[in-house]
Amino acid sequence: MKQRGIVALKVVAHAACLAPVAWLLWHLYLSTTSDPSALGPDPTHTVTFFTGRGTLRLLMVTLAVTPMRRLIPKLAWLVRFRRLFGLYAFFYACLHLMTYVWLYAGFSWSAIVDDISQRRFIIAGFTAWLLLLPLALTSTAWSIRKLGGKNWNRLHWLTYIAALAGVIHYWWGVKQGVLTPTAITVVFVVLMAARPILARRAATPKGSPSRIPVS
Amino acid sequence: MLILKKSDIPSSEITPKRDYMNRRSFMAAAAAGVAAVAGECALRGVLQPPHVKAAEKLNTIKSPLSTTGVTPTSFEDITHYNNFYEFGPDKGDPAKNSGSLHTRPWSIKVEGLVAKPQTFDIDTLLKLRPMEERIYRFRCVEAWSMVIPWAGYSLSEFIKQCQPLSTAKYVQFISLADSKQEPLPWSAGIQWPYQEGLRMDEAMHPLTLLTFGLYGQELPNQDGAPVRIIVPWKYGFKSAKSIVKIKFVKDQPSTTWNEMAANEYGFYSNVNPNVDHPRWSQKRERVIGAPIFRQLQPTLMFNGYGDQVASLYNGMDLRKNY
Repeated sequence: MKQRGIVALKVVAHAACLAPVAWLLWHLYLSTTSDPSALGPDPTHTVTFFTGRGTLRLLMVTLAVTPMRRLIPKLAWLVRFRRLFGLYAFFYACLHLMTYVWLYAGFSWSAIVDDISQRRFIIAGFTAWLLLLPLALTSTAWSIRKLGGKNWNRLHWLTYIAALAGVIHYWWGVKQGVLTPTAITVVFVVLMAARPILARRAATPKGSPSRIPVS
Repeated sequence: MLILKKSDIPSSEITPKRDYMNRRSFMAAAAAGVAAVAGECALRGVLQPPHVKAAEKLNTIKSPLSTTGVTPTSFEDITHYNNFYEFGPDKGDPAKNSGSLHTRPWSIKVEGLVAKPQTFDIDTLLKLRPMEERIYRFRCVEAWSMVIPWAGYSLSEFIKQCQPLSTAKYVQFISLADSKQEPLPWSAGIQWPYQEGLRMDEAMHPLTLLTFGLYGQELPNQDGAPVRIIVPWKYGFKSAKSIVKIKFVKDQPSTTWNEMAANEYGFYSNVNPNVDHPRWSQKRERVIGAPIFRQLQPTLMFNGYGDQVASLYNGMDLRKNY
């Protein structure tokens, strides 16, 4: 894909990742001015689920890049979007964390400490965010150079654990009998299972996409 | 405005469709797409509620047992934000799916340790005592709360009619479970029919309300029509809906949520900021319908009805008997 195409696609990608945030901010504005029901009857819950689901979906998109590239060698250029999606996932995770700190805990330090030490779904969620933090901080080309490609790659394997912690956080947070986390869990399992399978295929001489940079 | 899915990549870069059909990535994209769309639909269901059926008016008198100094939640929210799993597990499902519930004919069968078993027709029950307006706080175990102007009379009045024997120590409430009228989705994970129970003194307490309406009209289907109980000092799941049978028993009866997850839902389930749910705190609650930055408020012991009900639990360890 040509450079111009990549730039255009990146604009689209940024717009797509930011559009939901714009939607949220707009409805937040509405709910505090003209239409109190703009975010539904339980606005805290609505915002929490919106940002949480957004985080998980973006993480899955990020995790889908490498399998896609291995499956369809022509899509090798997708790796240039991986950082974009990963950082947006972290951005949504921060929004989600802020929702918790502000709207659930009311900025009460004792409430937060209480939750983090006792509520397993909060522990899982906070772990996921903590794991994403070093990844966001080392997302620059400077970091790759400083750490060296191999170490940087290894550090960024934390994405898998962060995504797993996020999915567990979702399951532990819903009421018994609620099955809404199933869809994203299936996506996660498929993406994780696809990696070793596709890596082995890529290593065989027949379809050897040797021109794809090792990521 | 869905987040960028894999299928948003320009078509010139995509493998021909017939090859796609053989590839796992199609499954992943489909699953992600389905999840995205389902999520959108769920969100839309909450934000664009369907219409509520018109209902019969009830003539109510004011009651000294009403809670004062509280602002009732809007009718819109009370009728579109419901946990009524017989009609689906999402908050918007009962409003969408409860149209199939037929509230006439309806009767409550009374069985168990009583002088003689009886069946009470709903229209008889409606005329048994003067209908009172009781404004009560309502607190769900999920940590959200409402204030609802119910219409009904004390359950104790009805219990007197049942003539329970002195051996009856508990009252059990059985809700409708009819697959012809309710979807009863297996995905909710619940064994039907929905069962609840109270200790005799809790059932006889004047606050416990045999409830027929809200906002001066008959209960909308999604709120547990045509008759339910409201026990305002306990978590909302104790307030059984669409009751078809009441049984007086000697031993503590089994209750649905306790059967589902005994470590999370107890028999007493009194609203208590000091006893957390295993997975979330009960110290604070979110007021439904309040503006987003003013939703949080502290949970009140016994949901604010401690003066009237605390004596029922004298000497009981409420942490053990959650």
